[in-house]
Amino acid sequence: MSVAGLTTAEARESALDRIRSLRVPPGVALSFAVIAVVIAWSLAPGLFTGQDPVNGVPADKFLPPSAAHWFGTDQLGRDLFSRVVHGTASSVSSALIAVVIGVIVGGSIGLLAGFLGGWVDTVLARLVDVLLAIPSFLLAVIVVSSLGFDTTNAAIATGVSAVAVFARVMRAEVIKTRRAVFVEASFLQGGSHLHILARHVLPNASRSLLALAVLQFGLSILVIAGLAFLGYGDPPPASDWGLLISTGKDYLKWPWLVYAPALVTIATVLSVNRISRWLRKTD
Amino acid sequence: MAPQDRLSATLDRPAAPAGTPVPSTEAGPLVSVRGLSVAYDRRTVVDDVSFDLPRWGSLALIGESGSGKSTIARAILRLLPDTGRATGEIRFGGDNLLALSERRFRSLRGRRLGFVPQDPGNSLNPVRTIGSQAREAARLVDGLDRAAADELILDTFARVGLDDPRRAYESYPHQLSGGMLQRVLIGLAALPGPDLLIADEPTSALDVTIQKRILDLLSELRETLGIGLLLITHDLAIAAERADLLVVLRGGRVQETGDTRSVFGAPTSEYARKLHADVPSLNPDRYAGSRAAGLVRLTDPATEPRIDVRSVTKSFTVDGSRLTAVDNVSFSVPTGTTHALVGESGSGKTTTIRLLLGLEQPDSGEIVVAGERLDGRSHRSLRTARRNLALVYQNPYTSLDPTWRVDRLICEPLDRYRVGTPAERTAQVARALEAVGLDDTYARRRPARLSGGQRQRVAIARALVLRPGVIVLDEPTSALDVSVQADIVGVLLRLQAELGLTYVFVSHDLALVRQLAHSVTVMRRGRVVESGPVDDVLEDPAEDYTRTLVESVPAGLAGRSA
Repeated sequence: MSVAGLTTAEARESALDRIRSLRVPPGVALSFAVIAVVIAWSLAPGLFTGQDPVNGVPADKFLPPSAAHWFGTDQLGRDLFSRVVHGTASSVSSALIAVVIGVIVGGSIGLLAGFLGGWVDTVLARLVDVLLAIPSFLLAVIVVSSLGFDTTNAAIATGVSAVAVFARVMRAEVIKTRRAVFVEASFLQGGSHLHILARHVLPNASRSLLALAVLQFGLSILVIAGLAFLGYGDPPPASDWGLLISTGKDYLKWPWLVYAPALVTIATVLSVNRISRWLRKTD
Repeated sequence: MAPQDRLSATLDRPAAPAGTPVPSTEAGPLVSVRGLSVAYDRRTVVDDVSFDLPRWGSLALIGESGSGKSTIARAILRLLPDTGRATGEIRFGGDNLLALSERRFRSLRGRRLGFVPQDPGNSLNPVRTIGSQAREAARLVDGLDRAAADELILDTFARVGLDDPRRAYESYPHQLSGGMLQRVLIGLAALPGPDLLIADEPTSALDVTIQKRILDLLSELRETLGIGLLLITHDLAIAAERADLLVVLRGGRVQETGDTRSVFGAPTSEYARKLHADVPSLNPDRYAGSRAAGLVRLTDPATEPRIDVRSVTKSFTVDGSRLTAVDNVSFSVPTGTTHALVGESGSGKTTTIRLLLGLEQPDSGEIVVAGERLDGRSHRSLRTARRNLALVYQNPYTSLDPTWRVDRLICEPLDRYRVGTPAERTAQVARALEAVGLDDTYARRRPARLSGGQRQRVAIARALVLRPGVIVLDEPTSALDVSVQADIVGVLLRLQAELGLTYVFVSHDLALVRQLAHSVTVMRRGRVVESGPVDDVLEDPAEDYTRTLVESVPAGLAGRSA
C-alpha cells in the first residue's frame, strides 16, 4: 500500500517537474492561448457568438466594428465576427486533413526510402524530386481542379503538395537514426528489421517530423485560404477565412471586411509557427 | 574605440605604466585565484576556490566531470557563456582579470594567456590550411611581417616536434593525425610567448603512446620557455606525474590542495584518498582477490576454451586500395576468464570483435565459440548463436535508445528471443537491475535522466539478461570518469565471479587491463604483436612495442623525472 502511494506521488511530482522544466516562454504561452481559442471556435462556435452567420439584417449592412458587431457587418448585414467564428471549423479541419495526409503518406515514403535504401530509395527519391520540382501551390491547384471544387478536396490537394517535404525530412532522419549505435545494439540483441524499424527508428525519427507537422499546419491554413480565395473551396454562404477575405476584397471602401479575417489568419499561423520553433528547440 | 588607441595600446605595452596588463617582474605568484565562484543562472558550479600558481610553476586541477575544473579555466580565460557569472578575484600580473575591461583583456588573451583545447580534431577550422590559421596566432606577436611570421611559425612547429613543419603548414587539419594536430595547437598557443599555458585535458582524445609524448612536450616547453602550466585533468596519475601542485575539486569546491608529494603521497581528505584508490595504474592489485579464480582456470589444462579465434584475416577496400584490418589473428579464451585485446586506434581490435560477433565475416580463418563455428553462417543461425554472446558498447550515451525506459531496454533481448512468460521477464529484468547495483526506482527512467555510470550499468544489465556465456566489452569505461570506471570494473568482476562469465575486454588502457584481465593480446596494425598471460606480458614484455605501451602508462610520482 505505502509503496504504491509513494510511486504515484513520485510520478505526479515528476510530471510536475517536467512541465516546470519545459520553461514555456511568454510568447509560446500566448501562442498556445491563441490556438486554444481557435480550437474552441471550431468545436463550439455557438458559445462565442449568438448571431446568425448566414442570414443577415439588410438594414445593418457595412456597419463598422462596434461593441455589438466586433468585426463589423458585411454587404448583406451579417455579423462578420460570427462568420469568422463559424468558418473556423472548416479552415482548421481542412488544414488538419492536409497535415495528416502529408505526415502519413510522406512519412511512409521517407521511412521506406531511408530504411530499405537501394533501388527502393532511388525510385522513391526520384518521385519526391518530381513532386518538389512543382511549386506546391501550383500542385495543389492542379489536384483540386481534377478532384472538383470543394473544401475537402482543397485540403486533400494541400496534403498531396506537402508529401514531398515530409518524405524528405523523414528519409534524412531515418538514415541518421539507422546508423545509431543503439540500433546495432538492438540488432545484436535479436531484434528483427521490422522491430527495429517500428520501435527504434520510427519513434526517434518522428520527433523532428512533429515540429515540421506543426509548421505545415500553419502553412496549410494559408494554402487552403489561398485556394478558397481563388474560389476552389466551398461556395458562399460558407465562410472559410480565405473566402471571407476574397469577398471582402470586392468592398474596399469597408476595409474591415478584409482586415478582420486576415488578422485572425495571421495570428493563427504566427502562433503555430512559434510553437513549432519552440518544439524544435526543446525535446 | 578609435583604431589608433588600440594601436598605441599595443605599441606602448613594453613601456606601459603600472596598471596596464603587463606581468611585472617582481616576485609573487603568476596567477592567484582568490574566492572564485561561478554560477550559471543561480546554480553555483564553482564555489569559493582559491589557489596560487607560482612563476614557472605547474599546477593541476583534478576532479571528475561536473567538478568545475573546466569552468575555472574558462573563468581565467574569460570564456564563460553569457549566463555564467564569476565573482571573486583572479590576479594575473597585478590585474584582476575579472574586473578588466574587454579591450584591456584582449591584449592578454592569446598573447599572455595560452590555451590548449581538449579535442584537437574539433579545434581547427577544417576548410582552411593550418598555416593560414597559424598566421592568426602569429599576428598576436607585434612587428612581424609576413615572411618573419612564417619563419616563426615553422620554427615553432619544429620546436613542438612536428617532423616536417613545412608539410604541416601546408596541410588541412584532416590530413594530420590527432597527435600531430595537438602538437600544432600547443605550438599555436606557445607561439606568442605566453606566461601561462592552460591545457584542458590535452590528451584525453589521444592514444597512450601519443599521450605520453604530448605531456613530455608540455613539460619541456614549461622548463625551457619558462611558461607556467595550468593542467586540467581527471587522471590523478597524469597530474601527479606532471604538476608540482595539485588542487582536488569536487562539486565546485576544493577538497584538498598543496604540494603534489604531500597530496598524492598522503592524502588527508577522504575524496582524494578515494580518487587515489580508483586510479588503475596506482593500484594494480586492487582486484587481486576476485581475479584469482580466473588465474587458476587460465593455468588449469582441464578448462575448456570458450572462444577460439584461429588465423582470422579481414580486409576492406578503402578508396580503391586494399586495407588489411585484421591479419592472421589468433587467440583463445578459457571459460570464466577475461581476455584483453590491447592496441592503439587502427590496430584492428574493434574489427576483431566485430568478426567475433558476426557483424562482419572474415576473409579466412575460423571463429569458434562454445564449440560452435560462427564464421560463414547465415543470418538466422547467427541470431541463435548470438544469444550466447553479448556486447557492451564503449559509449553508453549512444548505445541506449533515448526514447525507451530502462525496464523496457533491459527487457528487449528477452522479448526478442521470447524467453518465458511476461511475468517471468519482469522478474528477470528486476534481477538484472539488482545484479548491476541499481534499485527499481531507476526502472521507469529514460536514459537522459541517468548519469554516465548508471547508463553503462543499464547496458551491462541488458547484456546480462539473456544469461550469455560470453560478454564482449568494447572499452566499456573509456567514456566515463575514473571513479565511475572503478565502480563499473567492480560490477564486472563481481558478475564474473558469481556467474562464471567469460569476458573479451577491448582497451587501450594497460593499467586497467593489468587490474582485471587474465590473458592479453597486444595488437598493432592488424597483427598480433604479443600474446600471453597478463602478468607475463606486461611485467616482462618480449617486444619493443609492448614495452613502449607499458612505459606510456602514467605512473604518478614514480614517473617524475626529477
